[in-house]
Amino acid sequence: MQFVDVANQFSSRVTVYKGGDEPAEADGKSVMQMIILAATEGTPLKIEAEGDDAQQAVDKLAELVEDKFGEE
Amino acid sequence: MEIKKGIGVSPGVVISTAVVLDAEDLLIPRRSVPPEQAPAEIERLTAAITQANEDLARLRDRVTAEVGKEIGAIFDFHLGVLRDQSVIKQIRHEITTNSVTAEYATSVVMRKYANTLLQLNDKYLSDRVKDVYDIEKRLLRLLIGQKHEDLLHLSRDVVVIAHDLLPSQTAALNRQHVKGFATDVGGRTSHTAIVARAMGIPAVVGLGNITSEVSGGDTVIIDGARGVVIVNPDREQLEEHQEAGRKFDLMETELRQDAPLPAQTRDGHQVSLLANIEFPEDIDDSLLFGGEGIGLYRTEFLYLASEHEPSEEEHYSAYADALRRLEGRPLVIRTLDLGADKYTQAKAQNPERNPFLGDRSIRMCLHDIPMFKRQLRAIMRASTLGDVRVMFPMICTLLELRQAKMVLNDVMEELEDEGINFRRDIPVGMMVEVPSAALMAGQFAKEVNFFSIGTNDLIQYTLAVDRTNEKVAGLFCPAHPSVLALVRDVIRAGRRNGISVSICGEMAGDPLYTLLLLGLELNIFSMNAPDLPEVKKIIRSTTMEHARLVARRVMSFESERQVMHFLREETRKIIPEVF
Repeated sequence: MQFVDVANQFSSRVTVYKGGDEPAEADGKSVMQMIILAATEGTPLKIEAEGDDAQQAVDKLAELVEDKFGEE
Repeated sequence: MEIKKGIGVSPGVVISTAVVLDAEDLLIPRRSVPPEQAPAEIERLTAAITQANEDLARLRDRVTAEVGKEIGAIFDFHLGVLRDQSVIKQIRHEITTNSVTAEYATSVVMRKYANTLLQLNDKYLSDRVKDVYDIEKRLLRLLIGQKHEDLLHLSRDVVVIAHDLLPSQTAALNRQHVKGFATDVGGRTSHTAIVARAMGIPAVVGLGNITSEVSGGDTVIIDGARGVVIVNPDREQLEEHQEAGRKFDLMETELRQDAPLPAQTRDGHQVSLLANIEFPEDIDDSLLFGGEGIGLYRTEFLYLASEHEPSEEEHYSAYADALRRLEGRPLVIRTLDLGADKYTQAKAQNPERNPFLGDRSIRMCLHDIPMFKRQLRAIMRASTLGDVRVMFPMICTLLELRQAKMVLNDVMEELEDEGINFRRDIPVGMMVEVPSAALMAGQFAKEVNFFSIGTNDLIQYTLAVDRTNEKVAGLFCPAHPSVLALVRDVIRAGRRNGISVSICGEMAGDPLYTLLLLGLELNIFSMNAPDLPEVKKIIRSTTMEHARLVARRVMSFESERQVMHFLREETRKIIPEVF
């Protein structure tokens, strides 16, 4: 949820790729797609952005994930 | 432009805009819209989503303020989904690609998501399925709710299209603006048919799947005599039916002009023609159509039209209103006859397996004396305002009748103690509708002031047929010799014991049976107001001699077919245009 909220702050398109056994991708701005992506703790993720503020978007989102969403 | 054929159960032609009643089930029937309507559906969707967003945001803020941020955050997921562009895009896509309604598209898409989530191996995520269903329901309520609102607050004339019409729904209808009915299921004696005939508006039932062929806003022609419904008619069909409608209205006006004439045969025999009503307002039409009073006031609608059981005052107020409109003419009030219909079953703690033979009507009243007394007190208090008579439904044993009369006596004692006025000699009667009562009519006749034969239920019980079940509704027939024999015997028992006998079932208002009933010495016919003119016309056009001959012949027949054929022939001889 937080991830999606942050992603929606940017104008760029955000795509999240999940690796592992069942690779998949999702629109970072879509709550539904993101939860279906089912990225639970420990899953490797690739965050890709395209647009004017692409770099900021990726930076911010990566920070969010690394900070573990402030949940630890 | 679709032509659908069903069972015409109430004559007349209406051309109007459709309002479609969806059941409030979670499963929305697939309903197609013409491609041009897709943008309108998308607009409805957008409006619903906007509203849902507002409602949820407000809810979240309130919860956060009252309970705390963590709890308020529960709604974040819901809000997130409602703002999720890919979800909204999906629903819109469903609407435009498949030309369906906003609610159907919403349902389809949300369920697809729900299913996907269910497959995931994560508990947290599959828990979100509940949320998805919640969101679906919220949107559907907003989308469908628009229509439910419309039904109660109509500002223009419409026709109502539904799968079926429940008593609770017809009780809440805006009678001024509803001009016709069309339903998927039902037969000649189903609830929709009865209400339509009472309202004097066209109705066609048993159409199969009319609800999936019509969308709110469509123009619809309902021809109740021919049993035809036309959706989005072309110009030719419109003209043809407008003409038919004009002719029908003309015929109705002519019949109404005869209303003040007495219901007297050509050889001077006079009978009484009364009307059946559900609401005091129906009395106006009853008198207009020539009714001399009310032979059956169905009080169930006092219970059906509201959420709570009516209080004594609410009862009294309705009866007083009715008597005021009647200006001295008789009013027969039937005590609560509810129980075996979907309304009360849905609310029951332990739904009965066979409600029609269960705790309903007088039985229910005798099990709940305080409730029974509330109605009886109101009836007794109203007895000083006019010619009131009280009648007990579904009596099947003498004991039951005596118990009911005892409760009535108690009520009279109580009122006397309280110093409240009432008519002690109020006529007390019973419905003869259970075969046991019909077979023992002679004994029952000694303990009441009058009989009213409820042929609808009498036929159901005698032939063991559920008149609302389309699969067997064809077996339901007043012309069955066994039914006729019972009717004849009840009338005889009444005469022998010097009490009056009326028929208040549909049979009394069916012109096919007028000659027969006259010939069987029936003196009081009570029917839906719109049926009065035709029945009166037949009575005024025949003689008792002829009617008795007809009856004698009919009672010798062995099959309904013979009976109906003969009656049709004989009636046509005196009134050619009646069928």
